[in-house]
Amino acid sequence: MNSIDQNIFAATDTELLRFTTAGSVDDGKSTLIGRLLVDTKGVFEDQLDAAKRIEAKKGAKGAYLALLTDGLQAEREQGITIDVAYRYFATPKRKFIIADTPGHEQYTRNMVTGASTAHLAVILIDARKGVLTQSRRHTYISRLLGIPHIVVAINKMDLVGYAQETYEKIVRDFLEFYEKLDVTGGDVTFIPISALEGDMVVERGHNMPWYEGPTLLEKLETAPVLVQINAEDFRFPVQLVSRPQTEELHDFRGYMGRIESGSVKVGDAITVLPSGLTSRIKRIITWDGELEEAFAPMSVTLTLEDERDISRGDMIVHTDNPPRVEKELRAMLCWMHETPMVPGKKYLIKHTTTTVKAMVTALEYRVDINTLEHIPAPPELKMNEIGLVNLKLLKPIACDAYEKNRATGGFIVIDDFTNMTVGAGMIR
Amino acid sequence: MTPTLSHLKALEAESIHIMREVVAEFRNPVMLYSVGKDSSVMLHVARKAFYPGPLPFPLLHVDTGYKFKEMYAFRDWYAKEIGARLIVHRNEEAIAQGAHPLKLGVARCCGALKTKALLDALAEGGFDAAMGGARRDEERSRAKERIFSFRDEFGQWDPKNQRPELWDLYNCRIHEGESIRVFPLSNWTEVDVWQYIKLENIPIVPLYYAKERLMVRRGTLLIPADDAGNLKEGEQPEVVMCRFRTLGCSPCTGAVYSTATTIDEIVAEAATATRSERETRIIDHGSNTMEDKKKEGYF
Ligand SMILES: Nc1nc2c(ncn2[C@@H]2O[C@H](COP(=O)(O)OP(=O)(O)O)[C@@H](O)[C@H]2O)c(=O)[nH]1
Repeated sequence: MNSIDQNIFAATDTELLRFTTAGSVDDGKSTLIGRLLVDTKGVFEDQLDAAKRIEAKKGAKGAYLALLTDGLQAEREQGITIDVAYRYFATPKRKFIIADTPGHEQYTRNMVTGASTAHLAVILIDARKGVLTQSRRHTYISRLLGIPHIVVAINKMDLVGYAQETYEKIVRDFLEFYEKLDVTGGDVTFIPISALEGDMVVERGHNMPWYEGPTLLEKLETAPVLVQINAEDFRFPVQLVSRPQTEELHDFRGYMGRIESGSVKVGDAITVLPSGLTSRIKRIITWDGELEEAFAPMSVTLTLEDERDISRGDMIVHTDNPPRVEKELRAMLCWMHETPMVPGKKYLIKHTTTTVKAMVTALEYRVDINTLEHIPAPPELKMNEIGLVNLKLLKPIACDAYEKNRATGGFIVIDDFTNMTVGAGMIR
Repeated sequence: MTPTLSHLKALEAESIHIMREVVAEFRNPVMLYSVGKDSSVMLHVARKAFYPGPLPFPLLHVDTGYKFKEMYAFRDWYAKEIGARLIVHRNEEAIAQGAHPLKLGVARCCGALKTKALLDALAEGGFDAAMGGARRDEERSRAKERIFSFRDEFGQWDPKNQRPELWDLYNCRIHEGESIRVFPLSNWTEVDVWQYIKLENIPIVPLYYAKERLMVRRGTLLIPADDAGNLKEGEQPEVVMCRFRTLGCSPCTGAVYSTATTIDEIVAEAATATRSERETRIIDHGSNTMEDKKKEGYF
C-alpha cells in the first residue's frame, strides 16, 4: 500500500479557481469577460473573427467583446443575458471557471446558482451610477452563499475621466452598506477598471497611476482557493454501495462517494449517520491504487472493518467529530419558481445524497434584499425572494451549518409533482 | 498544510461524482460512445468511477455509417478489450435510402442519421439517462447547458426553462418518458482532455496523430479523399501531412495541417492552438445552429 501519490498534489500553477460575475444590465459584464478572455488569449481566432464580423455589421465600438460570450439565440433576440453560462480560461498560474450570471431583476435565482460553487465574486459597478440596489443585492447573495472573496470592479472609469474621487466615493458608499451586512470572514477588494479599454483588467494601462492595488487578473491569480473547503470535518456521503459479486470480488462491499470535506485515514474510527453504527476504515480504494489517506474533494471507495448495513444517503464521519443529526431545521431559503412557496406545503429536499420529504412549518421572515430589512411572517415566498424558514423532515439528516460547511449545509428543494428544482436552502 | 488536488484530478473527481449519481438515481442509464477523444476520456473516467466493479451501464454508439474505418476498428477492439457491452444503433432506413451530406445537405443528413437515430436508440433501449462527452468550452450554446440537462418526452431541450443547478446537488427526478442528458465532462477544456489522455495513457483512434493522408482542399478545410463518394466534381486529392482534431463523419470532418505524431506534440499543439476545434466540423457552420439542433434532440 503506498501513501498518496505525489503527483496528485497540485503544483501551485495548476490550481482551479471558480468565480462568478454579477452586475446590473449594461454595467459591462459581458464586455469584461470578453476582455479577460481576449487579453489572456482565452479565445480562438475564429471565434474572435466571428464576433468582430457581427460587430462590423452593428457598428458599436468594442461590441465584439460582449458578443464573444453571448450564448443563446433567445437572449440575443432580447439583447440580455438570461441564464448562467460557464466560461473557461487559463493563465500560466491558474485555470479559471467563470459562472457568468445575469444582473436582471428577475434572475436572482441564476446568481444564487452561479454563486453556489464560486470561490470569488466579481461585482460590477458602473462608475457613473455608483452603488445601486442591484449591487447591494449581489453582495448580499455572494455573502449568503458563502463566497469568501468579493472583488468590486468599478467599471467604465474611462467615462468619468479615470477620476480617483469618483472611485473613492463609490468605495465609501459600498463600505457603508457592507458594514451593515454584519458578516464575518471573507474579504473585499476594490479595483477601478475600464473593461472596454482594458485598464486594470489584465494590463494596468496608463490612465490610473493613483491606483496601487492589484489588477483584476492579479487578484484572480492570487486569491486563496483553499478557504472554501472545510479541511477539519470529515464528511463522506455514501453515493453507491458497490457489490460487484463477480468471482474475485464475491464478498466485496465498498462505499462509493466523494469526500466533501476533511480527510480520512485507514484505521480511523468512524460512525455512520443517521444510524449511529460504528466501525473502522479498512481500505481506501481507487483505480490508481490503494491509499493510506484521502482528502476532499477526492472521489474514492471505502471499505470498513465490519459488515454494516449502509446505503445511499448515509454519511460516514469521524466518530469524534460528528455533524448534527436533525429532523427539524432552520434554513435560509431562496425561492426559484413562479409558483410561490407557502408554509404548510410538502416538498422534497435533496441534501448530500439523500432525498427526503419535508414540510415548511413556518416562514419566520423575508429579507428585503435591497434594504436588508426583515419582514416578519409573510404569507409566502415568491420567486427570487429569500427568507428564513423552519422545516420538518420525514427522516433525520446529518448536516452542518452552511456557514461552516457548504457541502453538508446546502440543499435543493424539489417539487414532488412537477419535479422542478424550486428552491435552494442553506442550513443555519 | 492541507493538500489540494491538481486541476486534472479535481476535474476527474467531479466527473466520477457525477457518474455515480447517475448510476445511483436512474433506473436504466447508458453512456454515449462516439469513439472520439472526449468519449475515450469519459469512458476511462467511468471505469475508474466504478472500480473495482465492472461498468454498470452499456455503451451506445450512434453510427451513421460514414465514420472513418479506423474508428470502427478501434471501437470494436476497445469495447472488447475492456469488456464493455456495446450497442450500435443506425438509422437503417435512411442509410438504405442513401442519405448523404452532399445529397441531402448537412443539416438534413445529421437530422436523420444522428438526431433521429439517437432519439430512436434511446427510446428503444428505454434509457432514462444518457451520458455524453460534450464540453461547455466547445460551443456557445453548450456553455449554458446544465450538467444534468432535462429532456421532455420528445427528447427536446428548452434552453429557457432549465432547472437551476446548485452546488453538486443534481435533480435527477423525471416522469415516465422524460429523460436526462448528463455531461460529466462539462467543465473540461480541450487542453484538459489532451493533458489527461497523456497523464492516464488512454488509447485513442490513430487518426488523431499526424501522418501523410490523401486529402482534398475545400475552402479552408482538408477533407479525406480515400472515399470517392466524398469528392465533389473537379476536386483533386493530394497527400498532406495532417491530423484530426475532432472526429465525426468522414464527409464532414476536416483535418488540420500538423506534424504532431506523439501525444506530447498533440498536447503542445492544443495548448497553443489559435483556432477552435469545432471549426473543422461542417455541421457547426450555416444557419441551422448547434442550438437549433440541440433543441431538436441532438446531443
Ligand atoms: N466606455 C465604456 N463602455 C463600456 C465599458 N464596459 C462596457 N461598456 C459598454 O457598455 C455597454 C454594455 O456592456 P455589456 O458588456 O453588454 O453589459 P452587460 O449587460 O453587463 O453584459 C456596451 O455598449 C459596452 O460597450 C467601459 O469600461 N467603458
